[in-house]
Amino acid sequence: MANIISDETIEYVGILAKLELSDEQKEQAKQDMGNMLDYIDRLNELDTTGVEPMSHVFPVQNVFREDVVSNGDTREQLLSNAPAQKDGMFMVPKTFE
Amino acid sequence: MSIMDMTAVELSAAIKSGATTAVEAAQIMLDQIEKQDAVYNCYVTVDREGALKQAEEVQARIESGECSGPLAGVPAAIKDNMCIEGMLTTCSSKILSNFVPAYTAEAVLNLKKAGAVILGKANMDEFAMGSTTETSAYGVTRNPWDTDRVPGGSSGGCAAAVAADECFYALGSDTGGSIRQPASYCGTVGMKPTYGTVSRYGLIAYGSSLDQIGPLTKDVTDCAAGLQTIASHDVKDSTSIERGDTDFMSALIDDVRGMRIGIPRDYFGEGLDEEVKEAVLRAAKELEQRGAAVEEFDLSLTEYAIPTYYTIAAAEASSNLERFDGIKYGYRAGDYSGLHNMYKKTRSEGFGEEVKRRIMLGSFVLSSGYYDAYYLKALRVKALIKKAFDDAFSKYDVILGPVAPTTAPRLGSSLADPIKMYLGDIYTIAVNLAGLPAISLPCGADRNGLPIGLQLIGDCFQEKKLIQTAYTYEKIRGAFPSAGKKEVE
Repeated sequence: MANIISDETIEYVGILAKLELSDEQKEQAKQDMGNMLDYIDRLNELDTTGVEPMSHVFPVQNVFREDVVSNGDTREQLLSNAPAQKDGMFMVPKTFE
Repeated sequence: MSIMDMTAVELSAAIKSGATTAVEAAQIMLDQIEKQDAVYNCYVTVDREGALKQAEEVQARIESGECSGPLAGVPAAIKDNMCIEGMLTTCSSKILSNFVPAYTAEAVLNLKKAGAVILGKANMDEFAMGSTTETSAYGVTRNPWDTDRVPGGSSGGCAAAVAADECFYALGSDTGGSIRQPASYCGTVGMKPTYGTVSRYGLIAYGSSLDQIGPLTKDVTDCAAGLQTIASHDVKDSTSIERGDTDFMSALIDDVRGMRIGIPRDYFGEGLDEEVKEAVLRAAKELEQRGAAVEEFDLSLTEYAIPTYYTIAAAEASSNLERFDGIKYGYRAGDYSGLHNMYKKTRSEGFGEEVKRRIMLGSFVLSSGYYDAYYLKALRVKALIKKAFDDAFSKYDVILGPVAPTTAPRLGSSLADPIKMYLGDIYTIAVNLAGLPAISLPCGADRNGLPIGLQLIGDCFQEKKLIQTAYTYEKIRGAFPSAGKKEVE
């Protein structure tokens, strides 16, 4: 395996991905990601010098529209999906002491 | 002819003529689901009462002449990643186990306006990440042709429901082959339209630059009718495209004289099952005999499509799935300390293994220090792949090849080796990278009686050439049995 994923890297990815992994899961993730990156490294066989990255297949740029409300008031419906709510607002755990 | 033997378009005509009613059709489908779905598990949610109520309303609209489209009154299944107001929408994930949307996806709304009766939500790979429907949090779906085999994925519930006569057609989504491959494994027709043809509003995003909604149907006529019904320009989806040529049923023409068909040699190399290869090349021969100009060519870059796709799709998935954090909807972990720990626990408990694998890979390729080497590199290769297709379509109207290297694999044989599973997407994935339309339709069966799929790929906005070629081939081939009737054969 050419790509060795370090403990630090997997910790960092866990933070970015907001995932909590057990030690066993971390080992598995290191192996899976290493294998996948080895496979992706094949792209380096291609010379892409001077090729613009293509994010969209059609040449569309920003699409603008008037900022007009077109949907009705769905506040109650939306809040009914929240794991916790209070006084018409989403309730979150304490964010600072 | 019994109702179940009818295609969607035939059923709608029968309802309009008074030979049957939308309510009777819905009841027959609900009875089929009741009878079989404990085995197949095509559906995550079945909306019995809602379906019968919709059927009564649609019947009245048909009788009053208000609803006259080709699919009016016909019962359909919707993949469980499309929002329907008031109906549980899980994406086959634990993290959305209790999510009831406040609005309906535009494509589904278009169907409803045209008189569809929605039976329920079809099972899928969790967040559409998978090729077998085995990563669903709500159990595997079984292939109606052989219940020891997978239906394909990620729209496996849709394809199996059509094959098992548990709906007349379904709406799926295709990010890397997720409509075409299960259609192939289940012996149904499936189409991925040109990117931007169908609004993604209300489709729970996986890889936004690749995702596209499309129909899974019993035949090519139903496919054209389905696509014609859902295609629309939508200001709520900024990637939606305004195109005036969505009268796809006008392309149901039994004639391929002069159609230039290219067969990419790259799609017939190592890894392709011999029986699949023979069936696909036989179809090409038959189209040639009907007057198409068929020749082989080198498409190039085929082996780079999969690593390009998994980089881009994982990157977009890691960003799109950030929203599942236990605050606004869905599952929240029961035990946590503070906000960040709640996020982490909720996501770790709520997402399955394949989803976590892709979120982590995506987070990595987008992270500072790796962004250029992985993500931008993949976007550059994507440009090269698009160019290879542009070159091919300067010579050909249609590219013809297999959908998948094999017929449906056995349950439990795919997930252990992710890269091997990803390789199964080799013939479908480049189509999404290049934004192209492609259709999958049955072209035979292997020695085990499992359906083999033929894939036709067109240039952007050339769905009509695909529909015309597929329709002509279907006429040559003759009727393809549905799984429910295979034992009678």
